[in-house]
Amino acid sequence: MSTDLIQVAESGRYDFDVIARWMKPGERVLDLGCGDGSLLKHLREVRQVEGYGVELDPANIVACVRNGVSVLQIDLEGGLEDFEDAQFDHVVMSLSLQAVRHTERILDEMLRVGIEAVVSFPNFGYWRHRQAILNGRMPVSESLPYQWYDTPNVRFFTIADFEALCERRGIVVHERAAFDEGVPVTQEANFLASVAMYRLGRRA
Amino acid sequence: MSEPGSVGVVTPQRAHFPEPLVLKSGAVLPSYDLVYETYGELNAARDNAVLVCHALSGSHHVAGTYADRPKSLGWWDNLVGPGKPLDTRKFFVIGVNNLGGCYGSTGPVSENPATGKPWGADFPFVTVEDWVVAQARLADQLGIACFAAVIGGSLGGMQALEWTLRYPDRVRYAGIIAAASKLTAQNIAFNEVARQAILSDPDFHGGHYYEHGVVPTRGLRLARMVGHITYLSDDSMAEKFGRKLRHGEHMYHWDVEFEIESYLRYQGDKFAGFFDANTYLLATKALDYFDPAFDFDGDLPAALARAKADFLVASFTTDWRFSPARSRELMHALMRNGLKVSYAEIDCPAGHDSFLLDDPQYHAVLRAWFDGIEV
Repeated sequence: MSTDLIQVAESGRYDFDVIARWMKPGERVLDLGCGDGSLLKHLREVRQVEGYGVELDPANIVACVRNGVSVLQIDLEGGLEDFEDAQFDHVVMSLSLQAVRHTERILDEMLRVGIEAVVSFPNFGYWRHRQAILNGRMPVSESLPYQWYDTPNVRFFTIADFEALCERRGIVVHERAAFDEGVPVTQEANFLASVAMYRLGRRA
Repeated sequence: MSEPGSVGVVTPQRAHFPEPLVLKSGAVLPSYDLVYETYGELNAARDNAVLVCHALSGSHHVAGTYADRPKSLGWWDNLVGPGKPLDTRKFFVIGVNNLGGCYGSTGPVSENPATGKPWGADFPFVTVEDWVVAQARLADQLGIACFAAVIGGSLGGMQALEWTLRYPDRVRYAGIIAAASKLTAQNIAFNEVARQAILSDPDFHGGHYYEHGVVPTRGLRLARMVGHITYLSDDSMAEKFGRKLRHGEHMYHWDVEFEIESYLRYQGDKFAGFFDANTYLLATKALDYFDPAFDFDGDLPAALARAKADFLVASFTTDWRFSPARSRELMHALMRNGLKVSYAEIDCPAGHDSFLLDDPQYHAVLRAWFDGIEV
């Protein structure tokens, strides 16, 4: 195991570890929906990556500044139109794609502003979610922790759905990582994984 | 942590600069004085100094009060003091009255050495760039090679930005609040109305009113009234005054009917009673001229390529004189240069004047930002 992997394993967040592994030192990164900036802080520490976070929540803005993370308080639903083409090496959206209304537009924008995009989302096709539906109830789980009436999520989709969309829009999947509550899933991901992560690019 | 307190009683100081200053316009100021105040202590490493730049009608009196005047609270006293976001137990804070000012620094009311009379309208045009050069000379005198931070709101934010361009190695952090990298046509238009109010006052006497023993009070009052409208938001005015009537009924006269009229007249009168009209003219021109991208064919990212500081850009949702869009433009230009920049768009109802208030989110951001500056 390389030193890198030992370092990234220290984050305690499997998704952070994967994202860190997908990045090279000195990259330019934009993290959409960056929360308190902990991913960018982690990337700075283990990958020497200085990025910018985009966030709307006032408390998270303060938290990012406290974390020494550059944060921009702008509304993602307004798009990324003021950002330039290929301004970043990676545009990241961690566990937020399902909460964005304009799914196709944001994916297109991520792959315009970034050379590559990194997205992760809860897999609605996860077997526990399917079981909940079979039992007649909307799923509530670690990756979908909300009730139907208070969820910030507006799009519910599976790994298969997402990959079909990528295919249709000419988005190339460079890498995929799937997890069942933090444990890597290598087979039958659409059934066994609660969270999927992708490194995406444009067809050349 | 103890309760945030006041810096207490403060005393302005004066620095003399005998060497001439070549201004951006090409004019030369043979010598000049700057009046300033300091709060807190400069540390042994001399790396904890923070320069606070003032806006159009501000001064060096940023915090505390004067011994003989208990009501003379500094204009940013809610921000600066022991335990406050800009904590004077950690930082050495400096406020300077800019050149052309009317609070003691060399300006139109000062004596022109060539004539022995007040400069008046002959005082040369001063720009944001000139102010920053003059402030840097003061920093030299005080033995400050590099500021921990330079911060300002509105026209003060323009100075903070200019600091990062003119002296990239002398400022580590820059706070640019409710400002812009240049004024819009609409913003210049408001300044022009204010200037015309002063210039057309019969008591202006071409700017040499001191010799006539009068001041263009009516013009200055009008200028301030116009300015004041643009510093507030429609909502804050509606909430504060609405259509409230002075007499409870329509009087059909030219005296005050609506409370907003009373407020504007009061603000205008108060301002005209102490502020110098020539200073007001000069400061509005400094606002209009500032545009670091001017020499770069309007390419703001190219103009900012020299900067090295870490930036905090903040705007207020209801500020229409320096709208959030102008701050976002600056944010993008800084980002394109790979500079560290955070941008906060504060939801505060008070319009442009919000930058002077102690809105909790605004101050939480500033506190977090200042806390992160290592000294």
